[in-house]
Amino acid sequence: MIDALILTILMTSVPLVLAATGELVVERSGVLNLGLEGMMLMGAVSAFSFTYATGSLFIGLLAGIISGAVTAAIFGFFVLGLATNQVATGLALTIFGTGLSGLIGADFVGNAITGLPTLFPKHFGDIPFIGAFLSLDIVAYSSVIIVFLVWVFLFKTKTGLILRASGISHDSAHSLGYSVLKVRWCAVLFGGMMAGLSGAYLPLMLTPHWSEGMTSGRGWIALALVVFASWMPSRIIYGAILFGTITIMQLAGQARGWTIPPQLLSSLPYLATILVLVLISIRGSAKHAAPSNLTIPFISSK
Amino acid sequence: MFYLTLRKETPLIFRVSVPIASILLTIIFGIFIFSVLGYDPGKALYYFFISPLSRIDRIADLFVKACPLMIVGTGLVLCFRANIWNIGAEGQLIMGAVFAGGLALSFPDTLNIWLLPAMAVLSFLGGGLWAFLPAVLKVRLRTNEILVSLMLTYVASLFLDWLVRGPWRSPTSFGFPLTNYYPDVGLISKIDFPGIGTIGQLHWGVFIALLVCLLFWFMMQKTVFGFQVKLVGDSDKAFRYSGFNESKTTMMLFIISGGLAGLAGMIEVSANMGQLQPNISFGYGFTAIIVAFLARLNPAAVILAGLLIALIEMGGDSAQIALAIPKVVTGVFKGILLFFLLAGETLTKYQINFKYSKRGVPYD
Repeated sequence: MIDALILTILMTSVPLVLAATGELVVERSGVLNLGLEGMMLMGAVSAFSFTYATGSLFIGLLAGIISGAVTAAIFGFFVLGLATNQVATGLALTIFGTGLSGLIGADFVGNAITGLPTLFPKHFGDIPFIGAFLSLDIVAYSSVIIVFLVWVFLFKTKTGLILRASGISHDSAHSLGYSVLKVRWCAVLFGGMMAGLSGAYLPLMLTPHWSEGMTSGRGWIALALVVFASWMPSRIIYGAILFGTITIMQLAGQARGWTIPPQLLSSLPYLATILVLVLISIRGSAKHAAPSNLTIPFISSK
Repeated sequence: MFYLTLRKETPLIFRVSVPIASILLTIIFGIFIFSVLGYDPGKALYYFFISPLSRIDRIADLFVKACPLMIVGTGLVLCFRANIWNIGAEGQLIMGAVFAGGLALSFPDTLNIWLLPAMAVLSFLGGGLWAFLPAVLKVRLRTNEILVSLMLTYVASLFLDWLVRGPWRSPTSFGFPLTNYYPDVGLISKIDFPGIGTIGQLHWGVFIALLVCLLFWFMMQKTVFGFQVKLVGDSDKAFRYSGFNESKTTMMLFIISGGLAGLAGMIEVSANMGQLQPNISFGYGFTAIIVAFLARLNPAAVILAGLLIALIEMGGDSAQIALAIPKVVTGVFKGILLFFLLAGETLTKYQINFKYSKRGVPYD
């Protein structure tokens, strides 16, 4: 029973970790992409339709990643190419992606696919205490590795330093001869791929079917998670498990007739995020603050 | 690739043509999408853009649909003009409806005609309070207002959900998440034209919406208030020398826009529903962002922009009924329209150059 609960919590956290890690890199480069929800839905619908058509989960995952990147490229074209307002463009992307995914997926509603298999043999799940941790799929394990790699990239490599510099002061990065736009393009595309993968995880693993708007706000929670993690990759994992636990507790609580209103539990991630934002602001520590050039477009010829 | 350089002056033709060109491009894109999906584009466009305008009562309903968009859009225009990014209007709208609803539900048997004005005031306070939080955090602690206002939207909608399923649920709703009906004096009535009667669902809230747009248009054009809004948005330095208090201006605009969103929420419930339910807004707070941009941040133009977006929404309904085109296509239209508008904004502000020097440094 407890094992099953832990497993559900872990699986709920995976899409949050994936999407938030991508968005973290994007924000570290100085771009705020509020289109997470739209990119995730495009990833989800592509992953589902390709898996359904080809029967191959691998092709499905790939389709999810690619369509996430393509959707992000639309965002990049406007925000980086044309220096449009990032907040409005991100919202446009969410509205657009939600609509387009619904349109594409209309014919697939009601169909089912078989989800990802567990990486280890099934009976590993019976091992006491760690069973739940051994019953996950390859994407779940990869998500932890990706978070680690992103941390290494951001804090241990020169390119990562350039990326962070673009987010803190794009003018300085530019005058040192680095191409701010190129860095941001790479970050935005990476963010799109991660969002696409995160979206793909939903129909391939959590619920083996497609339904309109199936991310049900996970994109916004992932966005909150980046802030909650104060732009530090490792904290995304703790945060995602915490947010995942809250989500599952709310479902479990409803089933058992707890007196805590489920809406209060659901709003905890958002309230916690605001609290973290406030704490960061009060401490005024630059290390954990939002990248100072976040949402400011870079015009190289100014 | 290409590079952007700041224009010294924006040609007038750009300012006028951007919204029009964006709309035309969106329609062309629509024809493309309909053809790809296998619908007759001519028919689809008819049901989308002409059918909702074909009868007087449908035009009246268009105004009803545009009502919350116009009120919320006006508030957002003020904020965006001043470079304040309040994107939590959806939550402020909900809190406005909750505050007004709380009052109406506390006096179920009242006949006092002052209930409605009191609800309007309370809704403004409710929305304003929900905007006050991101505003005060921004001013005092420099906390990012985009993130705070966005997060609070979800808290507000969960709060409403809890109220209508829990403490405020009507004992006679058979378990449905609905509150009691408001007393009659808490409802907004339909406009009864002498000799004609009511037209569609047209109610007095629409009149208020038009009034709000025109009032703020006048204030932006002719008063110190408008000057102050433009100044705080245009340049920080000039603002500091001007003697206005930046923090106070930011707080004021945030609260006004939240208050207007709250008012829109109260009108929406009192005119169309008569009771609170889990979903009282259909993304009006977010859609109003498109309205504000479409209006090129001019409160008077918000009227037209609100009507156009309402047309897309209603067209989506009529196309779904007539041709079974999924309603979600309206999202595609709204998203694309906003993309084109934002791109147009860039063309008015910057010049696009395709030349660059050998070193790859942008040509100036």
